[in-house]
Amino acid sequence: MILLNTASAGTLESSDCLVTVSPAEKLKLEYKGANSEVFAERTMQLVESVSKKCCLSGAEISIQDQGALEITIKARLETALIRAVKGVAKE
Amino acid sequence: MKPCRTMLYIPGDSPGMIQHAPVFGADSILLDLEDAVALTEKDAARKMVACYLKDYDFKDLIVTVRVNGADTEFFDDDLKEIIPCVPAAIRIPKCNGPEDVLAADKKIEEIEKSNSIPVGKVRIHAMIETAVGVENAFFIASACPRVQALTLGGQDLTADMGVQKTKEGWELFYARSRVVVAARAAGVDVYDTVWADISDKEGLLKECRSIVGLGFTGKAAIHPDQIETIHQAFMPNEKEFRKALRIMEAAENAKKEGKGVISVDGKMVDAPVVARARHLLELADLYGFERSGS
Amino acid sequence: MDMTLNSLGRKVPLELPGVGSFAPYMSPFSMLGQPGTIQGTQMHMRRPAPARSKVVENIEKAVELSGLKDGMTISFHHHLRNGDAVIPMVLDVLQKMGFKGLTLAPSSIPDVHDCIADYIRSGLINRLYTSGVRGELGKLLSRGELNIPVVIRSHGGRARAIEEGSISIDVAFLAAPACDPLGNITGSIGPSACGSLGYAMTDARHARHVVAITDNLVKYPLNPRISIPQYLVDSIVCVDSLGDPKKIATGAARITRNPVDLKIARDSFRLMKSSGIVEPGFSFQMGVGGASLAVAKYLEDYMKEKGIRGSFGLGGVGGYMAGMLEEGLFDAVFDVQSFDSAVTKSMQEDPRHIEIDASWYANPFNAGCIVHNLDCVILAALEVDTDFNVNVLTGNDGVLRGASGGHQDTAAGAKLSIVVAPSFRGGVPSIKERVTTVTTPGETVDAIVTERGICINPRREDLLGSALKSGLSIVDITALKKEVEKLTGIPRPAEFNYDKVAAVVEYRDGTLIDTVYARKS
Repeated sequence: MILLNTASAGTLESSDCLVTVSPAEKLKLEYKGANSEVFAERTMQLVESVSKKCCLSGAEISIQDQGALEITIKARLETALIRAVKGVAKE
Repeated sequence: MKPCRTMLYIPGDSPGMIQHAPVFGADSILLDLEDAVALTEKDAARKMVACYLKDYDFKDLIVTVRVNGADTEFFDDDLKEIIPCVPAAIRIPKCNGPEDVLAADKKIEEIEKSNSIPVGKVRIHAMIETAVGVENAFFIASACPRVQALTLGGQDLTADMGVQKTKEGWELFYARSRVVVAARAAGVDVYDTVWADISDKEGLLKECRSIVGLGFTGKAAIHPDQIETIHQAFMPNEKEFRKALRIMEAAENAKKEGKGVISVDGKMVDAPVVARARHLLELADLYGFERSGS
Repeated sequence: MDMTLNSLGRKVPLELPGVGSFAPYMSPFSMLGQPGTIQGTQMHMRRPAPARSKVVENIEKAVELSGLKDGMTISFHHHLRNGDAVIPMVLDVLQKMGFKGLTLAPSSIPDVHDCIADYIRSGLINRLYTSGVRGELGKLLSRGELNIPVVIRSHGGRARAIEEGSISIDVAFLAAPACDPLGNITGSIGPSACGSLGYAMTDARHARHVVAITDNLVKYPLNPRISIPQYLVDSIVCVDSLGDPKKIATGAARITRNPVDLKIARDSFRLMKSSGIVEPGFSFQMGVGGASLAVAKYLEDYMKEKGIRGSFGLGGVGGYMAGMLEEGLFDAVFDVQSFDSAVTKSMQEDPRHIEIDASWYANPFNAGCIVHNLDCVILAALEVDTDFNVNVLTGNDGVLRGASGGHQDTAAGAKLSIVVAPSFRGGVPSIKERVTTVTTPGETVDAIVTERGICINPRREDLLGSALKSGLSIVDITALKKEVEKLTGIPRPAEFNYDKVAAVVEYRDGTLIDTVYARKS
């Protein structure tokens, strides 16, 4: 999977997260929000497993976590990646 | 089978609600990809629902998904992504005739086959929300064995009929009656439309009592707060319960003794009465009725 | 620092430099049931010349008259909630007058008063005794930036500490929503009316010197209610305003519409009902927010339906409880602290709405406090653990962000203490192996109600039996913890710098129940 555009998915509502992905050489994660410390490793693992599953070569990923469950973060990340591949750019 | 009295609507793009789905006491939920989701978020909602169906433990909650209509560009993608996650049923909006159900059935079957899912595993709930749908209700319900239930969509139906939806609900009286009879004739479940005024629980209870009286097997809820009220309306009374117990006892005795005729309190009872008694006892179980002495 | 393990396996200091020595926590009632008395503080006698007015020009003058010196202890009450402007106003004057090394001992610190951090840095304050710390102040303390020992006490514990002399208040600065020229005070009248002055009543009785600060000087005599009598008040300062009336006079808290909170509230009520405690003569305390307040809705409906009249409501009283009194669902309401100014009318007009002081409310070391007569209390929590211990003080990150309040007092006193908490909050589980900080011991918690089921303390087999009989959904707390962690993942516990004590947490009897360390930087 190769990203063509910057794309986002999700919201800033509580229990959700806003994921933004951009094309990049390597995988880079910026994880923000009240849980960024307590769930740093968990979220890094999640991002790595999704990018492995999608055969993602590289991406700059930013997650603003508003208290989302793992499943929610995964869904938002996958949506953002699909949007970035399709080129349905969203501001 | 466990009776399904309530079906709680949850927007498919609302993880904050989905993550709590099993705690509200509904018998089933409907994850909505259609009206509750903005056009720009259809892909996101679809992905959210698919991820939750795959990875989340809904416990003994029955999970159904309302896809976008066959007349939209989202319909095929919805089915492709959702069917492999094997929800209990897919709700198809705006079923006008049996051909709508058959078209969906065919597509679902293809996806089931290519994903090694037993054919017919994912059931169809056909939504009746047009005047022509009401008139074709029996043919829709009996279009194929995949159909598990008819569901009435009151908002769109009243719009289609050019009338106001009222709290009294007289404008829906014929449609409700017709859809219930069609569902019963086809042997499928039948769900009533939502009650929109969340704060009016008295009105909700009144409506629930009347649709239980008409023969609906369940009702949709748009807020967790409505569930208890709906369940209250479906609760059998003690007298009905005792009678159902006697009927089932007599039926079992007749079976043991190889008799063809069942009699209770000196009166003959037929097979439909026995079936109703069985359903009533299953309902009673949900309310914790104690079958002492039986 | 010389540390020891208490009965909960928590390391606590035996002595805090400049504060005093402590015993480790043993069990909820280990210090009670003793014969005889212990010597408490004695009344401070004054000998002013007879006067017809105690009003002085300004705060400076009142401070001069008080004889305040460096190193002494000052107190405030927190009844004005987040509308309070009196604490910063007085601290600013004391700073300008050049004071150093004061001990600040308010009943609690309103969330808004981040300025206290500056006065700690400047050296004005070098010791802090409070019920809670939040906001910027909590963060700074948890970062170890402020070199100051904090002693956290419950409301009952603070009343005990004042009466036994562990807190010896030199000057109490009391915000007075209504005050006459001789110092009769109440909180239930005036533009800054806040309701009960329960915590201030205790301070006024035991402080060496009392300064009333008012924006509403009324004609003598103040009527129809006097909460603090004139013979306890030394001087009066008139100011334009005690604070932001909008934040002091908050409207009645509304019942939540959050379906998770409502589910928790309904199950809590069902648990109460199944236990058989909701009977005529029943007594009850609840919190003001979320699920805790919503329990009252179910309780109210049930009491009306069954024609049950309770004995008393206690609190922490909000508009909802006052409404239940008005409807005749309780014989009386005891009010140590009003949660919203919606109660001021009830307090003014209904003699059954009784204003009580902190000692009467919850001091374990007097001849009988009201929390010991409670049938049921509903309490909130930041975290709970599989031993039913509760943390209401520190967040997931270990930062101070809460208050002990009446939590340990009511949990110990009530026959049935129910802790309500969502099983996860903001994506983080509420049930831990070990809570970050114990504020209320699990021995005094009977049940934890979450939206995913009710956990009953194994000590309460009777409660478990009645709950199961009523068909409630009971879950094992360890199983529930695992279920939730499957959804959220396992959070990384906060890391601390164990060389740096940020606060000690007293149990209500004065023993130490836990220690809060600064976070690892």
